Amino acid sequence: MTAVKYEAPQAAELELYFEDTVARDRRIEPRDWMPDPYRKTMIRQIAQHAHSEIIGMQPEGNWVTRAPSLRRKAILLAKVQDEAGHGLYLYSAAETLGADRADLTNRLITGAQKYSSIFNYPTLTFADVGVIGWLVDGAAICNQVPLCRSSYGPYARAMIRICKEESFHQRQGYELLLTMMRGTDAQREMVQDATNRWWWPSLMMFGPPDADSPNTEQSMRWRVKRHTNDDLRQRFVDMSVPQAEALGVTLPDPALRWNSEREHYDFGQPDWAEFKRVISGNGPCNAERIATRRAAHEGGQWVRDAAAAHAARASRRGAVPPGLRSEATREGGAYERH
Amino acid sequence: MSATEAERATQSNWPLFEVFLRSKRGLNHVHVGSLHAADATMALHHARDLYTRRNEGVSIWVVKAADITASSPDEKDPFFAPSGDKVYRHPTFYEIPDSIPHI
Repeated sequence: MTAVKYEAPQAAELELYFEDTVARDRRIEPRDWMPDPYRKTMIRQIAQHAHSEIIGMQPEGNWVTRAPSLRRKAILLAKVQDEAGHGLYLYSAAETLGADRADLTNRLITGAQKYSSIFNYPTLTFADVGVIGWLVDGAAICNQVPLCRSSYGPYARAMIRICKEESFHQRQGYELLLTMMRGTDAQREMVQDATNRWWWPSLMMFGPPDADSPNTEQSMRWRVKRHTNDDLRQRFVDMSVPQAEALGVTLPDPALRWNSEREHYDFGQPDWAEFKRVISGNGPCNAERIATRRAAHEGGQWVRDAAAAHAARASRRGAVPPGLRSEATREGGAYERH
Repeated sequence: MSATEAERATQSNWPLFEVFLRSKRGLNHVHVGSLHAADATMALHHARDLYTRRNEGVSIWVVKAADITASSPDEKDPFFAPSGDKVYRHPTFYEIPDSIPHI
């Protein structure tokens, strides 16, 4: 973009204006002045979120060819396609902060930037597809709904789109599990087994306990984080318990019980040593996830090159692609064509 | 796209396009986000796949981000000053007795 020049305000004035905008719950937009640490934090947060969506296609993509019916296959394909879409909305939001798309992809496949630890666990049975929709997407919704009010405008807008679409993800998963629970004993055992394996990693999705989350305070002041990790985790547990009861599965936590004084469920802590192990690259599937993403990126290089070469040749010839006209110039005219 | 621009695109990225959607007849096109594509045709196809998976649009515009000229981001920019002090452009500026109907 080219900006029309005018006399710029001074740094101190800009900082005050930024603080005031955030404090009044208004949005920061791409070309606004913002402190460097805010920009860096937002790029990191949005990029990690985008990477999570992109890597998140793999665990479920694993079952696309083996879905038990055409209906389940169509649903699963649509869901995996949504995850790709979510990743792209988010990369596009990160780019408004000056991040470069190719650089972000490179940081993902070299391990320089992280993604959610949850996607480093394997999907062993088709019940995992249901439990991922129910618990993993359920936890993601808990995390993401407050982000629709992030102070960074493009991120908040992307989150609104994403949250609308996530609702389908969670419901298809729960419906899948309801169907399996009405099936055979073996199917019910699969659902219980998948629940046992995904419950604790789902609780880890909210991040470390508040006491070990040093950036929370700053992020909340900037309004890029609206609730603490422990608050969101509690909210998720409270939501999930009645859903598990209705489904007829047991959540694998002996400490889980209703606390009538707090009016919340008490629950046990995940294995935080495991969380650190997985997030730092040593989970069951970390290497496989990155290798798959890298192979897709490198294998697609010739397609990107060929498309760019084709576009360059067409533009040298001055060709107007068939079916393309400048619709915008017709706006306001009487003969807008469709 | 000029030849040099295209060569650069081959080596690194496809250019960035901004996407505008008309969600239904009777409404304006509204900016919804951006994407990368080799050319305008591909940008339209990508925009359809990315931004209209659930019938969100009946018409799409794509425009290269580099072709947009924008005002400064500052709301207090004197560029907008000419409309700031003209309260008489608003109907509420005029006092009319309550007894006058339909005005």
